[in-house]
Amino acid sequence: MSTRWDEVVIGGGHNGLVCAAYLARAGRKVLVLERRDVLGGAAVSEEVFPGFTFSVASYVVSLFRPRIIQELELTKYGYNVIPMDCAFQPLHDDHGIARWEDSERTRIEIGRYSNHDAENYPKFKQTMTRLGRIAAQLIDRPAPTGVDPQNLRTLIDLFRTVRGVEKHEFQQLVRLLTLSAVDFLDTWFESDILKAPLAASGIIGTFQGIRSPGTAYVLLHHYMGEIDGAFRSWGFARGGTGSVSAACARAAEAHGAIIRTNCQVDKVLVSNNRATGVVLSNGDVINARRIVSNLDPRRTLMGLVGESHLPENVVASLARFKYRGSSGKVNLALNGLPDFTCRPGIGDHLRGDIAIAPNVDYLERAFDEAKYGSFSSRPFINIVIPSLTDPIIAPPGKHVMSCFVQYAPYELTEGPEAWESQRKAFGKTVLDTLEEFAPGLRNHIEHMQVLTPLDLERKFGLTEGNIFHGELSLNQLLFQRPAWGMARYQTPIRNLWMCGSGTHPGGGVMGASGELAAKTLLRKKI
Amino acid sequence: MLPTPFFPRHLPLCKSMDWTRWAGYYVPRSYQLQHENEYYAIRSAAGLIDISPLFKLRITGPDSLALLNRIFVRDLSRLKEGRVAYVAWCDAEGYVLGDGTVSRQGPESYFFTCEDPTAAWLDRHASGMNVSITNETKSLAGLALQGPSSARILIHAGAESVRELKYFGATSTSVNGIDFWVSRSGYTGDLGYEMWPPADCAPELWDTLMEVGSKFALQAVGLKALNVCRIEAGLLQKGVDFHNASRVLTREQKSIPYELGFGWMVNLDREPFVGQSALRKLQQPAWNLIGLEINWEQTRGLYESQGLPPLLPTEAWTSSAPLYRDHARQYQVGYATSGTWSPVLKKYIALATIERSYPSKTVQIELAVEHSRHSVDARIVSPRFYDPPHKRAPVG
Repeated sequence: MSTRWDEVVIGGGHNGLVCAAYLARAGRKVLVLERRDVLGGAAVSEEVFPGFTFSVASYVVSLFRPRIIQELELTKYGYNVIPMDCAFQPLHDDHGIARWEDSERTRIEIGRYSNHDAENYPKFKQTMTRLGRIAAQLIDRPAPTGVDPQNLRTLIDLFRTVRGVEKHEFQQLVRLLTLSAVDFLDTWFESDILKAPLAASGIIGTFQGIRSPGTAYVLLHHYMGEIDGAFRSWGFARGGTGSVSAACARAAEAHGAIIRTNCQVDKVLVSNNRATGVVLSNGDVINARRIVSNLDPRRTLMGLVGESHLPENVVASLARFKYRGSSGKVNLALNGLPDFTCRPGIGDHLRGDIAIAPNVDYLERAFDEAKYGSFSSRPFINIVIPSLTDPIIAPPGKHVMSCFVQYAPYELTEGPEAWESQRKAFGKTVLDTLEEFAPGLRNHIEHMQVLTPLDLERKFGLTEGNIFHGELSLNQLLFQRPAWGMARYQTPIRNLWMCGSGTHPGGGVMGASGELAAKTLLRKKI
Repeated sequence: MLPTPFFPRHLPLCKSMDWTRWAGYYVPRSYQLQHENEYYAIRSAAGLIDISPLFKLRITGPDSLALLNRIFVRDLSRLKEGRVAYVAWCDAEGYVLGDGTVSRQGPESYFFTCEDPTAAWLDRHASGMNVSITNETKSLAGLALQGPSSARILIHAGAESVRELKYFGATSTSVNGIDFWVSRSGYTGDLGYEMWPPADCAPELWDTLMEVGSKFALQAVGLKALNVCRIEAGLLQKGVDFHNASRVLTREQKSIPYELGFGWMVNLDREPFVGQSALRKLQQPAWNLIGLEINWEQTRGLYESQGLPPLLPTEAWTSSAPLYRDHARQYQVGYATSGTWSPVLKKYIALATIERSYPSKTVQIELAVEHSRHSVDARIVSPRFYDPPHKRAPVG
């Protein structure tokens, strides 16, 4: 191994690939090492069953930073996201609510349940969009280094972000930072039916309930989404989410980065508190000036580096950083489409995002069970059927249906290993739940893949099955992600950097952690 | 106004109630409330578009080639059977009257489609020739199937012969007992086909394709989405990006082929064609047709300086936007004629006409943001913005 690498990136997830592309673009000699045979980490497309390509884990794209798309010219390499027009919430026996891009159509839908809410909804959306735009500024630059009373600069920087906010919006912002999703929505809406799918956005990937304080803030993440430079909802990547990673990989390679799959890194070599290289599972040693890890903070520091190299306070803060995955995934290969009792037939309402979240209590009850160590007997399910818009991922006339399922707590009462024996029951629960809303779905299932949080950990290296490399809760964001003093991608080990979702801003397929890590490393002004 | 043969099919599908007129016919601008799904159908699955209003002429007889070579600036002598050619034609002064496509159906038989009525123009130049010109505009329907899944849909529907069809190839085929002429061509810059079934059984063909297509995410697509696609492909629209010289009043409104990027079609060293001597004598072309990539960061900045989220021009505009040499907007060097946000390229693009002598690679385009006018940098590029390999690749 004679090549002297400037940077070795551990992990070919989308953030690692974005980071590698930026480094290579700056002329660095970059090597990416991916443990699996496919790139993308959790942003991956795999032909799980012949003819059926699934976005196995991460299934929608919204927050991917437009700046990255432009700077890395990702469209040239196949980046293509198709926006969704609809968010549909089926109910047991009624119409349900479909929220469309067309605001009048949405008003009519919500008006079936509450005229008050129907009229308020556009105002709500407008306020959230404005606040989301302000918060989005935080995800496009490195986190402030901390809130330090001794150093007013950082405080001023932080407050500069909210400079343009009007008084009433500032009140909303404070509510978002302090309230639970439901409490916040209570200030806007009266219908429990409308509130449920909105509140569900606040708990995705966290081990909290919709009535847990702090969950309101996460709602904002759903209004920071940008597709084509416009603030809007979610979209499907053509060819599955893995095509986003593939585009990043091709961009990195075009700039000269080398990417190796089937290369597991076992250890980061540290001497004199400096990282000098990595050791692969086959014993090969690869030296580099700097190591950048796309793995989560625990795997990187406690795993690859080892506790003995770390100061005690760092070990303690890493232990405090919460993962506690709360979701699973069920992927279905179908030979027909679900037929919802409340809205029969095949229509445009199936083309977007479908939320099994009939009311507020349903969601809170789902959390109750998880709190005490079992998966929800009636979980929140977020469904998408991307083959309706992107036919190449399924055989003609057939479909892939992706179901994100919460709560599926990593820590079952009997411990995480118990998932092995509960996988089947978990899959059955999901199907039973779906059948309540779309009877006959089972008859259309050709294949089924059930991923428990334990599977997510084993397959994708997501510690405790947390899809965001650490909970996206207020106390784990900005300068606290993953810990005070580590928010700017550098670790306590010199020349060891992190670029994964466990660093600021983290979460979702947005590429920002990878971009900002690379730019910080390159000392680029952002 | 007339209904196209597909009108009864459009009615229940056209939820937007957004119709427009095209050459005397009613056609949907979009079927859904938002045209975006239709756009994405073309770019990631397939779209079915009613193009029946196009004028359709069949030219047959021993002198058919001679007639076409007399009319078109392009020499068709080497056009083989089963091939399609993009053509333009001029008036005697060398100004462009129109553009269209011609396919050769047999040794002495050609099929010609275009935007404006051209039968009389052909007739005028056919005197003494042994040729017959049949106007099939009403007896044939026109249906475009465009997008990466289009070949699979046609093949599944039984049109086996399209499997071997190369880009700009044409053949006769059959679906469900309906025989028709099909060419691998279109107005979207994607893989796609244009079909010309008899008007009376055209709705049946629509039904068959929609049914087969339902397995491939096929959607009916209106003109709004088509317009975005054709700008991405750098295809000109008559009446927008250039004008029929016989319908306008000033030289400035007319174009010679070289000014529209049609120079490659013109062969001056051959038997006479209409406009040839004028084009021979013609002074230097004054204009160039170009593509523009409008700086999105600056555009976005203009919105943000007003506290607004950027407003994406997701619906193509076809008004005129002046181009300047300088930010002060003192010296105008051209004008953009149509533009759109390109969702597939993530770029704000436009087609424009610019002074041929303009030396720089960037230009200032005037944009209105909220209620004030600004100028933004635009990079001059080839107008063929989107040109995916699958457009030309074998379909297998």
